[in-house]
Amino acid sequence: MQATTKADEIVDAHGHDEHHHEPGFWQKYIFSTDHKMIGIQYGVTSLLFLLFGFFLIGCMRWQIAYPGQPIPVVGGLLETILGDVCKGGVMQPELYNSFGAMHGTIMVFMAVVPLVFAAFGNYVVPLMIGAPDMCFPRLNMASFDFFFLGCVLMFTSFFIPGGAAQAGWTSYSPLATSIPTDGQTLWLISMVLLITSSLLGAVNFIATIIQLRAPGMTWMRLPFFVWAQFVTAFLLLLAFPPLETAGLMQLMDKVAGTSFFLPSGLMVGGAPADISGGGSPLLWQHLFWFLGHPEVYVLILPAIGMVCEILANNARKPIYGYKTMVYGVMVLGFLSFIVWAHHMYLTGMGNTISSFFQTTTMIISIPSVILLTCLFISLWGGSIRFNTPMMFALAFLPMFGIGGLTGLPLGFAYSDIQLHDTYYVIAHFHYVVAPGTIFGVFAGIYYWYPKATGRFMNEFWGKVHFWGSFLFMNAVFQPMFAQGMAGIHRRMYDGGATYAGFADPETGVVSVPLKFIEMNKGITLAAFMLGIVQIPFILNFFLSMKNGKKAESDNPWGSTTLEWQTPTPPPHGNFDKEIRVYRGPYEYSVPGADADFTPQNEPRNPDAQADKQEAAAESSK
Amino acid sequence: MEIPFTTKPRPDTGLYNAKIGIWLFLASEVMLFGALFSAYIMLRIGAPEGTWPLPGKMLMTFPGAFNTAVLIISSVTVVLAWASLKFGNFAQYKKFQAVTIACAGIFMCVKAYEYHDKFTHYSIVKKDGSLWDGHLVEKNDEFVILEIHGGHDEAHEGGHDAHPHEADGHGAGHQAVVQPAAYLTIKGSKDAVVNVDPKTGEHAHGEVRFEQSEILKMVNYGPWHSSYLAIYFTLTGLHALHVCGGALVIFMIWGPLSKMWETDRERYINRVEVSGLFWHFVDLVWIFLFPLLYLL
Repeated sequence: MQATTKADEIVDAHGHDEHHHEPGFWQKYIFSTDHKMIGIQYGVTSLLFLLFGFFLIGCMRWQIAYPGQPIPVVGGLLETILGDVCKGGVMQPELYNSFGAMHGTIMVFMAVVPLVFAAFGNYVVPLMIGAPDMCFPRLNMASFDFFFLGCVLMFTSFFIPGGAAQAGWTSYSPLATSIPTDGQTLWLISMVLLITSSLLGAVNFIATIIQLRAPGMTWMRLPFFVWAQFVTAFLLLLAFPPLETAGLMQLMDKVAGTSFFLPSGLMVGGAPADISGGGSPLLWQHLFWFLGHPEVYVLILPAIGMVCEILANNARKPIYGYKTMVYGVMVLGFLSFIVWAHHMYLTGMGNTISSFFQTTTMIISIPSVILLTCLFISLWGGSIRFNTPMMFALAFLPMFGIGGLTGLPLGFAYSDIQLHDTYYVIAHFHYVVAPGTIFGVFAGIYYWYPKATGRFMNEFWGKVHFWGSFLFMNAVFQPMFAQGMAGIHRRMYDGGATYAGFADPETGVVSVPLKFIEMNKGITLAAFMLGIVQIPFILNFFLSMKNGKKAESDNPWGSTTLEWQTPTPPPHGNFDKEIRVYRGPYEYSVPGADADFTPQNEPRNPDAQADKQEAAAESSK
Repeated sequence: MEIPFTTKPRPDTGLYNAKIGIWLFLASEVMLFGALFSAYIMLRIGAPEGTWPLPGKMLMTFPGAFNTAVLIISSVTVVLAWASLKFGNFAQYKKFQAVTIACAGIFMCVKAYEYHDKFTHYSIVKKDGSLWDGHLVEKNDEFVILEIHGGHDEAHEGGHDAHPHEADGHGAGHQAVVQPAAYLTIKGSKDAVVNVDPKTGEHAHGEVRFEQSEILKMVNYGPWHSSYLAIYFTLTGLHALHVCGGALVIFMIWGPLSKMWETDRERYINRVEVSGLFWHFVDLVWIFLFPLLYLL
């Protein structure tokens, strides 16, 4: 309580002095400045949007597999709510477009990024570095408020006349500006809000990690998760503002009639558009992907960080090549700023530029492989505990590996000509984000749940959830590689059925073989099954709060990092004693130590071998 | 536990929390404006020949230069104000910071004058294909009256350097400044001279009356007019928002929140320093904006 009071004074420029009483419901749960509560707020909101984004793609998958047939169960409901765009329960093209655009937007900006960065980062990072809270608690609250406002606005856009944005999550101009719906305007305004939110969050994270590390917590003693968050925060800080600029410019195009992204001679609906012209559609793509590519690493780095913590903990073994990983993640962060145009090989920007971005793209795979290899080697010789978080963390490695390696053909301009904008691309980045990042998120939820609630989630249902998700994730995305290589375009309203079996003997043009179209049905079935196996997780998540197995101590996993050295759940101000760090983050199975883990804040033991070496190293300096 | 280093610097970084926060924030601001500057470059490179106004042809240089001086002065006073506090001279701080706030006000007034000038400046294409350009005097359902400033008004003669072939015959200063694509689509208007009556061939002066029925297209020099004005309004508008925000924060610390000088001096000085850092950034952006928009 005292920490919050002090914290409020620090950032409250108006000098309110009203927090000396026990906080009421609103202050404790809604307008909280405590990093743990804000983390949970972020977590709940973004998990809900994750589910909602999944619902959107579920409807679309039905349309792809069974074009023109009414969507079962929810079709009628959608018609009642949204009207003619879902006439007779059948998804119309406009609805398909807006669901597609919103699936991407929601999943990236409102579900996964806030989940891995804001939710886990907020909850875990200050605990891990031994800080009482974030550096600027009120700013932290403001960050969530902006995020929430942006989410509400984005969600509202479904229900306005004309519906939500329809130009894909990338919102390429002039398409985005020409579609006659205000959904795009709302999309832009809520993006500006979301960007503002992540900007405030990023400033807060970096300042916290630099300033609030506990005494003795040197840079090379930071858990890798903190490093991952640190680099991620820099990506958000520096890559998001250009998209904010681009959003403002497209908003000007939309509202003030400018032509930033609208070329001269633009025809809309068969008539010349009434604009001044002279703009550059390519400019939008540059500004968008300048964010868009670092954003990929924003999605993946925190997940790698979480997996790293969980692997070390459950292999009971230090991470192999910790320092290499730290330097690797820094290089990765830097390089991610100079690869963006590999999304734009087909825009005609020229061979020289393509070659440059092709080169940097190949270089960036080196640090990525370093990270993954270190994690794999960390398992060598460990005594692995196969609990649910570990299963998800282990599955993350090959899944992210597949996602990463299938990216190489897309990074080469030459092979990208065939694969661009096909289902191959979809499969590639979903392997990175869905069985990759989201498995990392699941691992994190199962792992840190006992810290936040004092109880474990059910192991049996956890394993059901894991095996179901693992199986169906692959069943959904694996066939898409084949479809993409066969040439099925990613934005087809009917999943390519129109072009099935088409062959022109005169020109020699043949369409996609029927068997690849037929795969759509299997994928859709797998997607529905994937939805069903999430039910045990959702029930497990809520029911375990009351009924889960009690965590017998504050450190039930036998972990070394500082978040487990606090009371459970951690109170305001986090630590009930002064915290001091004496050792690195992964001292598992240290020879001569009492237990198979030595917490970071454990003072040196004169008998232990490792402690002797460290003391000798320090005294020789 | 309480949050450490809110006022005192952390020994190994040498900074207090808010100072790190503001530097990080400024880094992101650099990227925000950086993207707009890049957009400026791309739009200018991509602009068809003769459609980008040459220096001094679209904006009046003097108000811009004046505003540059105003912001530089405010940058100096904001430092002097902070230094006064460091020496414990609160009264002097109050004076210097008042000058800073006043400078922000002057800057915004000049900016408003410049904006007003652009928004009342109209181009008209008549149905006979002639092109007219002047400041609005009166407008209603029946007619429009424009004040036309003769052929030597600086702001009206841009673009002729890029069209040397047009400069013969009709004399420099009669060409349209910027030819937005909207005009190019109108047959014959591309090479048309401005403010010349096609029947008599005489150059118009003073107030000219146009019937609404004979106007084909009428557009003022707002952001919708051309790429140059679009980026001009976006850049200066965003900058003006920053000026307002910065001035508001400085004012709040200077006025309503100045009680803190008595209760927590060190923190008060930190606040003045942090707001001053932001103010310098706002000034710095203008130092780039002025040559880019007015002189290059």
